[in-house]
Amino acid sequence: MKALGTVFKYGDNVDTDVIIPARYLNSSDPKELATHCMEDIDKDFVNRVKPGDIIVATKNFGCGSSREHAPIAIKASGVSVVIAETFARIFYRNAINIGLPIMECKEASEAIKEGDEVSVDFDSGIITDITTGQTFKGQPFPEFMQKIIDSEGLLNYIKNK
Amino acid sequence: MGMTMTQKILASHAGLSSVSAGQLIEADLNLVLGNDITSPVAIKEMEKMNLNKVFDKDKIALVPDHFVPNKDIKSAEHCKCVREFALKNDITNYFEVGEMGIEHALLPEKGLTVAGDVIIGADSHTCTYGAVGAFSTGVGSTDMAAGMATGKAWFKVPSAIKFVLTGAPKKNVSGKDVILHIIGKIGVDGALYKSMEFTGDGIKNLSMDDRFTIANMAIEAGAKNGIFPVDDICENYLKMHSKRDYKIYSADDDAEYDEVINIDLSSLEPTVAFPHLPENTKTISEIKEEIKINQVVIGSCTNGRLNDLRIAAEILKGKKVKKGMRLIVIPATQAIYLQAMEEGLLRIFIEAGGIVSTPTCGPCLGGYMGVLAENERCVSTTNRNFVGRMGHITSEIYLASPAVAAMSAIKGYIAAPED
Repeated sequence: MKALGTVFKYGDNVDTDVIIPARYLNSSDPKELATHCMEDIDKDFVNRVKPGDIIVATKNFGCGSSREHAPIAIKASGVSVVIAETFARIFYRNAINIGLPIMECKEASEAIKEGDEVSVDFDSGIITDITTGQTFKGQPFPEFMQKIIDSEGLLNYIKNK
Repeated sequence: MGMTMTQKILASHAGLSSVSAGQLIEADLNLVLGNDITSPVAIKEMEKMNLNKVFDKDKIALVPDHFVPNKDIKSAEHCKCVREFALKNDITNYFEVGEMGIEHALLPEKGLTVAGDVIIGADSHTCTYGAVGAFSTGVGSTDMAAGMATGKAWFKVPSAIKFVLTGAPKKNVSGKDVILHIIGKIGVDGALYKSMEFTGDGIKNLSMDDRFTIANMAIEAGAKNGIFPVDDICENYLKMHSKRDYKIYSADDDAEYDEVINIDLSSLEPTVAFPHLPENTKTISEIKEEIKINQVVIGSCTNGRLNDLRIAAEILKGKKVKKGMRLIVIPATQAIYLQAMEEGLLRIFIEAGGIVSTPTCGPCLGGYMGVLAENERCVSTTNRNFVGRMGHITSEIYLASPAVAAMSAIKGYIAAPED
């Protein structure tokens, strides 16, 4: 599986309150959540994002609340993968559990810039910045988590087990 | 090799004699928790997957508390979804509005979280129950759904940072100052994926309410959980609140820690986290300018307990809040509310010019009951001061203890009571 898209670049500690503000948590509809995705950090995100686009951030992406609405909103907005140096642990779990691809890679998170064209090969973990020609090696998932991802989420995984 | 306290609890719940950091395990759960925001997502996922039965109706807690009493029609629909699920599955621990409280204050008070438990909750502040010697951690709605269906959850066994607390805190220094100090020191990802294990003879100088506040904000340092050893103070609390058997686990003497951090509690000062991260801390004496504020919130799963209200009331007694100040006091549970009423604390807040609300998470996450306008500032005893957390994206939240919050309400700017 591969992802290919244009990068939206953010910094450290992008929290779940800016990914999807709590004032919209009276809904759990993915499409509705997507219309407010990243609203408090990047007002223009929802107007610019195209299917397949990629979010790249630095440290501790998704810190804060446990709201699964955050990865749901990102996934529903069409983002194909989030690359960061590190993820907050609940966001990490949630992303795997709902089938939003994520990848940890310090070098890529530092080097890739806003607007770059990037491709990600999930099987090899290779991240390619097509704009600059640089390549990076992302952290592959442990086998157990890969099984959850392959089952398209935790509930499918436990059902199939 | 020895195990940390957290590792021992996880090993026993996974049926293993020992575990080590990084190992993936499946553990039996003593309690699965959800609220009105996270449960509906979990319930819909269960329905979609035809997972029609819960593993144990006594081991699930459903606490509508975030937008409750219902703030609008959509919130009302969410609460209705949770209520109907609770009825259909005969969930023992569903708390209707008149029985409720903020989940992390309510569940220990009801005796549903005890030492030695493994608990997951679809709320990031589920780590609060580390105060009673349980392993508890926040998860998302899908994990909650899986937990409700199977009674199990997968975990990557965490490594740990050991915090050795010594000495006794000064007057007007409480659990909030301790945890803000720690987060200021290690940063908002300083304990990422790890346990924060609190030890040391200073712990005996911390009340259970202080410990709940400290464990509650472990997530604000990125931690998987925060945990306290079970001492006499904790055992007294457990016996007073719970009929359940509990089990005391302690770290092995040769347990391995990533880091050991020593903290002399007597050296700590009232501490405030500036916008927009809990790690942006300053002690009260480092704040030289007068930072004028519009609102003060005293409440939440972090600081809405009885001791917190007593501390605030002692400072506000016979005083008035600054003209134009909005002081919002929110007792965290109905029992705390009632006790505060009997002790005359509510009268003190109201006579000082504040309001007292029924338990709700409302303002902490900018839901309702105290949302901020453009450029407004709030001193809050809550746990997060992210951009837009309490309202407009230009508004600012200063996190502080109940003592600092109460004094700031009187002065109109950030201030601490003098010793």
